[in-house]
Amino acid sequence: MIPSSYFIVLSIVLFFLGALGFLIKRDLITQFMSVEIMLNAANIAFIAFARSAGSLDGQIIVFFVITVAGAEAAIGLAIILLIFKQKKTIKTEDINLLKG
Amino acid sequence: MAYFIFFLLSIVTIAAVVFFLISKNPANNALLLILAFTCTGGLFGIMGASFIAVVQIIIYAGAIMILFVFVIMMINVREGIPAEKRKWTAYLSVAVALVFLAELFLTIRGTLQPAGTAAVEQVSDPTSLGRLLFTSYLYPFEITSVLIIAALVGALVLVKKKEES
Repeated sequence: MIPSSYFIVLSIVLFFLGALGFLIKRDLITQFMSVEIMLNAANIAFIAFARSAGSLDGQIIVFFVITVAGAEAAIGLAIILLIFKQKKTIKTEDINLLKG
Repeated sequence: MAYFIFFLLSIVTIAAVVFFLISKNPANNALLLILAFTCTGGLFGIMGASFIAVVQIIIYAGAIMILFVFVIMMINVREGIPAEKRKWTAYLSVAVALVFLAELFLTIRGTLQPAGTAAVEQVSDPTSLGRLLFTSYLYPFEITSVLIIAALVGALVLVKKKEES
C-alpha cells in the first residue's frame, strides 16, 4: 500500500509545473494545456485524499472536474479559434488590445 | 511491485510535463500531454479508483486532448513560437513558481505525516459510485448537464459564421 503522501507530493509537483508552463509559455494553446495539467494535479490530490479518508466523495468531485474541463476546453478552444481568425496569431505578445 | 509501478508512472508523467515545458512545437506538446494524462489514469488505478482511471483515459486523454490536436491542426502554427524577447519575464516566472511550490509544501506539510496514510480499503466499483452520484450528488449532477448544454450552445454561437445580410 503506497502512502497517500507520495501522491500528494506528485500532485504538488505537477501543479507547480503546470503553473510554470502557464507563466513561461507564449502561445494561447500551450497555456491552455498547462491549465489542464493543473486540473489533473488537483484530481490526483482529490483521489489521494479520498483514499486516505476512505470515502468515495473525492472521486465524485473528480467526475465533476473532468466534466467542467470538457466544457471549458470546448469554450476556450472556440475562443482561441476566434482570436486566430481575427488576429492571425495566437501569441500572447501580439494580443495587446488592453495595453495602455 | 506497486511501488515500482507508482514510480514508473510518476516519473513518466513528470518527464512528459518537463518535455512539454521545453518543447516549442504545439503538436508535440499535445502528444506529450496525452502521455502524461494516460499515466495519471494509471496512478488513479493504483489508488483504487478504477472507474475514474478508465474515465480519465477515455475522456481526458481520448476526447479532450484530441480536441486540442484538432484545433492545433486548424491553427497550423508553422514555425513555432520563437524564444522570448524579454528574458527576465521567464526568470521572474520561474521564481514566482518556485515560491508557489514552497508555499504549497509548507501548507501541506501537516497532511504528509503518517497519520494521513491510514488508508481504508474501499469499494470503488461503478455501482456504488453511481449510487452516490444519483443520491447525495443529484443536484450537482443535474447542474452539470445544464453546464454541458451551455458549453455546447456557447461554442456553436462563438464559431458560427456571421451572415452578411
